[in-house]
Amino acid sequence: MPTPVIELINVSCKFISPEGKITHALREMSLCVNEGDFCAIVGPTGCGKSTTLGMITSLSPPSTGLVKVFGKPVAGIDPNIGFVFQTDAVFPWKNVIDNIAIGPIYRGKNAAEAKKMAADWVRRVGLAGFEHHYPHQLSGGMRKRVALAQTFINEPKILLMDEPFAALDVQTRALMQGELLSLWSELKASVIFVTHDIEEAIALADRVVVLSKGPGTVKSSYDIPLARPRDVSEARYSEQFIHLSKQIWHDLKNEVQI
Amino acid sequence: MNIFSATNSSGSASEEERQAIAKAVNRRRLVIFLRIGLAVVTLTTWELAVKYGLIDPFFFSRPSDIYTQLAVWLTEGTAQGPLWRELLVTMEETVIGFFIGSLLGIFCGIALGRNKLAGDVFSIYIKIANAIPRVVLGSIFIIIFGLGMGSKVALAVVMVFFVVFGNAFQGVREADRNLIANAYILGANKRQVTFSVVIPSALTWILASLHVSFGFALVGAVVGEFLGSRHGIGLLIATAQGTFNAAGVFAAMIVLAVVALAAEYLLTALEDRLLKWRPVQFAEHGM
Ligand SMILES: Nc1ncnc2c1ncn2[C@@H]1O[C@H](COP(=O)(O)OP(=O)(O)OP(=O)(O)O)[C@@H](O)[C@H]1O
Ligand SMILES: [Mg+2]
Repeated sequence: MPTPVIELINVSCKFISPEGKITHALREMSLCVNEGDFCAIVGPTGCGKSTTLGMITSLSPPSTGLVKVFGKPVAGIDPNIGFVFQTDAVFPWKNVIDNIAIGPIYRGKNAAEAKKMAADWVRRVGLAGFEHHYPHQLSGGMRKRVALAQTFINEPKILLMDEPFAALDVQTRALMQGELLSLWSELKASVIFVTHDIEEAIALADRVVVLSKGPGTVKSSYDIPLARPRDVSEARYSEQFIHLSKQIWHDLKNEVQI
Repeated sequence: MNIFSATNSSGSASEEERQAIAKAVNRRRLVIFLRIGLAVVTLTTWELAVKYGLIDPFFFSRPSDIYTQLAVWLTEGTAQGPLWRELLVTMEETVIGFFIGSLLGIFCGIALGRNKLAGDVFSIYIKIANAIPRVVLGSIFIIIFGLGMGSKVALAVVMVFFVVFGNAFQGVREADRNLIANAYILGANKRQVTFSVVIPSALTWILASLHVSFGFALVGAVVGEFLGSRHGIGLLIATAQGTFNAAGVFAAMIVLAVVALAAEYLLTALEDRLLKWRPVQFAEHGM
């Protein structure tokens, strides 16, 4: 019997601007992610994917409905959650290694120990030699890798990722996807992975959830029966993969057309 | 063969580099030359205009008189005592006022900026306080603190405080929401967010305000002395004014300008040190 780790029960989310204009971002959405599941979310732009992740972290609470994490309604930021933001969120006044070490330092580790952990992660995300560079001296893809290391170093039990690989080149992306999968199986983390790339979603996830166009709600959900461990770069040529990809693409296309 | 072509290509590259360097050096020389030239032309025109009766030295003095006045102050001292002692008094008032004012401003700005409700309530009063000509308070301070150093320091503090406070407050309010959210997710508590995210991002604003506010502190001290004191450059100006000595006023102005420039230089150095993480184009200064 799998235990649900993240549950969204009938949540709706509205943003009210200071002038009183209401944006309906999510409508009656329900989603359940079990322990150890890798769930990918795809959907047209502006359908509320980032908003969904924000609700799980408690950064932007829902207007109605209930969000539960580890079986309890969310109240405050759970230390077991890691969140890779869609926009650049590394600290511009800290160099690479200090940026990565900040999580453990916040959590009470002493600086020397945190730096040692960070040095390991610098290597794992392929930034060796750039330890003392500031973010403005890095490329966009390198900054993204700093953000990934910053999140992974905390070994989160729930990993929320908002288009984390969108800025990376194909090779680095494949590398990071492989790294993510091995990390995921190592940490036994539950993942929600937002992406625009259907193939990426299928290659990585156990389940792909398609959201309807904004205000978003779950349109359809596909279990991905591809065998684990997967080779991300090989998986995409199998018959099954192509079939799934066509189905999801069809669903999405209907949403994007007006 | 290989080595040969390698040295050859690096030789031509360094030739290009040398040309680029020479060009940069020449430009720098040109700028310095033009700067000095402009000063010489201006001063000469002024001197000649006085000589040929185009402007009245009684009101506008002339470079040679100002120079003489400065020389007299430096060698024989002023009516109140040696120049360096007068300057020291003014500097002391300025620097003490600057430090107290900016520390208070930074502290209050960050504390209020971090508190949303207090910030919303007070932000309007900050605007009002910034709009009031605070120099007027100098008279009140002289009534309260007397002719000594206290009244000048108080005026300098008031001049500096609101500028730094406003900037620190704004800087805190403008801190990137994303970075703050990221810090919370990574495990920071509110205090850690304040010190590791909010203050560093407000620092750009705060340092920018320190540039302006040193000048304000100087104005506060000098105006305070002007209104009533026993020592200081401000009194020197007031005395010169009383005796219709325009050269004295200009000479005092030059002394103050030198001080302000030195302070500006130190603050720029501090800023470059603290903000070395910024992209170069933002860290450049006109000086
Ligand atoms: N803070 C906010 N205030 C007002 N409206 C908002 C806010 N954040 C998001 N929205 C609105 O909510 C809707 C969903 O936004 P969201 O960022 O969740 O989209 P998304 O699915 O992540 O899109 P993308 O794929 O482009 O990142 C959009 O219409 C957006 O305008
Ligand atoms: Mg988004």
